[in-house]
Amino acid sequence: MTGNAAIAEAAIRAGCRCYFGYPITPQNELTEYMAAHLSRREGCAFIQAESEISAVNMVYGASVAGARAMTSSSSPGISLKQEGISYLAACQLPSVIVNMSRGGPGLGSISASQSDYFQSTRGGGHGDYRTIVLAPASVQELADLTRRAFELADKYLIPVIILGDGMLGQMMEPVEFKHEAPSALPVRAGALRGAKGRHSRFVRTFTSNPAELEEVNWSLFRRYQLIQKQEASCENYLTEDAALVVTAFGIAARIAKGAIKQARALGLRVGMFRPVTLWPFPSEQLKELSKRAKYFLDFEMNMGQMIDDVRLALEGGGDVSFYGRPGGVIPNPTEVLRVITRVYHQKGLNQ
Amino acid sequence: MKKIFSRPRSLKKAVFHYCPGCGHSIIHRITCEVIDELGIQDRAIGVPPPGCSVFAYYYFDVDMVESAHGRGAAVATGIKRAHPESVVFTYQGDGDLAAIGTAETLHAANRGENITAIFINNAVYGMTGGQMAPTTLLGMKTTTSPFGREDKYEGHPIKMSEILAQVNGACYIERTAVNSPANIRKTQKAITRAFRNQIEGLGYSLVEILSPCPTNWKMSPVEAWQWIDDVMSKEFPLGLIKDTTGRGDAH
Ligand SMILES: Cc1ncc(C[n+]2csc(CCOP(=O)(O)OP(=O)(O)O)c2C)c(N)n1
Ligand code: SF4
Repeated sequence: MTGNAAIAEAAIRAGCRCYFGYPITPQNELTEYMAAHLSRREGCAFIQAESEISAVNMVYGASVAGARAMTSSSSPGISLKQEGISYLAACQLPSVIVNMSRGGPGLGSISASQSDYFQSTRGGGHGDYRTIVLAPASVQELADLTRRAFELADKYLIPVIILGDGMLGQMMEPVEFKHEAPSALPVRAGALRGAKGRHSRFVRTFTSNPAELEEVNWSLFRRYQLIQKQEASCENYLTEDAALVVTAFGIAARIAKGAIKQARALGLRVGMFRPVTLWPFPSEQLKELSKRAKYFLDFEMNMGQMIDDVRLALEGGGDVSFYGRPGGVIPNPTEVLRVITRVYHQKGLNQ
Repeated sequence: MKKIFSRPRSLKKAVFHYCPGCGHSIIHRITCEVIDELGIQDRAIGVPPPGCSVFAYYYFDVDMVESAHGRGAAVATGIKRAHPESVVFTYQGDGDLAAIGTAETLHAANRGENITAIFINNAVYGMTGGQMAPTTLLGMKTTTSPFGREDKYEGHPIKMSEILAQVNGACYIERTAVNSPANIRKTQKAITRAFRNQIEGLGYSLVEILSPCPTNWKMSPVEAWQWIDDVMSKEFPLGLIKDTTGRGDAH
């Protein structure tokens, strides 16, 4: 199954019945899968919207009505969704937004890239908000984290971003789905379904009272703190004895793993730290690791974005090198191995 | 004594923040009367916009969700598709519906989304301080058309209702005004039809309402009513623009 289809199937099995999208490569298989499975089905909604802006606002509407709703796109389309994501965050509406990112800036390229890290992890739209950001590195993980995304969205009433890339989306791997699709989910408390048997309610963001908005920001912030405490997750790969730790996420981590295997075969003590949640960034875990490892090589398919979070987590404690390929260029493990070997020797770790 | 005039049930007991003579207050009231008449207070979900009516949820006693500027039709689509038993209406200004939200509106209409749009055309951007709207008349001075709107520079006033009438999914479009008791009654009838169409599952309905903004027109409320008759309705003719519902009970 392709990564894109795996997300779609996992979403349906997570009870997502409302999907709204707009075509863009390299995520079209996801939209197409949803079209095949959700359109013309009782209790389901699929719309190919007129734009990504509309699609995200349809998600907003469906979510406010209590449904598990999702949209997906790739980088340029995600830029258009930012206004909507800001509103989703402000109104605390659970929702899942998939970004199978591609090279930028501008129309860029349709090839896999990781240049949307900043946009994803810093809120992305206007206002002081965050979204949970999950970064899968395999088709199986795409499926697992899609389910997780819906659970987290509901638990914290927050939009959740799945940040994949064109390569993950289009590659084929076996995938196991651990859950059957539920027939129907209970309607979320607080949803707007008409004021039957209760007072009317409204959902809004605008207020003419800055003090009220400040309180909204504080309450969001407190929730974000809780999420940071409870939900940061990462994978440690061969880090126990590592003299050099590669930090990488998503598809770059996949490529790095190949390089690390080769490095190990050459006798180099190299491991990898892979954040699974990009926000919250697993800072504590990385800090913990830095008690054992001093040398880090941050590898990203961009000009260096996650490296800021790596440095912040290390609080000046580690020695961080960087290797990046932007624009949708996909480096191979041999290339990364060359960099690993060079850094390893430069830092005198072979002594 | 018999009580012959009271607050509609779906209108909250609150003081409108609108300027004296503003059309929004009248339109709120008659929309609430329609909601009462049709008995849909417990099914209605309103989608108000950024604009002077941004606080509509303080007045309508039905479930409501604020939309981003212009995105009302998309938000309403999401609600209606997720919860088809609801009766969903957007409440949108001319900047909202005919400028920034043109695409959302046109395509919701084209899909025949089973929703109701209440479109307030006051020929200006009220909330932001009287800038030119897509519906501003030629020659009209606004803060961003200080020399008067001129087609060569600022384009013509856009007629969204006529444009939307070209779209197959739109089943009912009527233009009315709230500048006289008779016109207010006609507007109320049109709103009733627009809701009824939705309840019967007939598709996209829109009522465009010429609505006075005395503040930004720099007129008294009486002059504003007169101006709708004398000037505005010449550019935006009142009446039924489209009806494919086959009900034939248009007035
Ligand atoms: C994306 C965005 N752009 C601009 C604004 C500022 N804004 C708020 S309301 C509005 C237009 C109001 O005019 P209209 O829709 O005609 O409604 P009215 O106030 O006249 O009732 C604008 C431009 C906004 N809220 N969001
Ligand atoms: S500015 Fe115009 S539209 Fe806004 S409340 Fe005043 S009269 Fe009404």
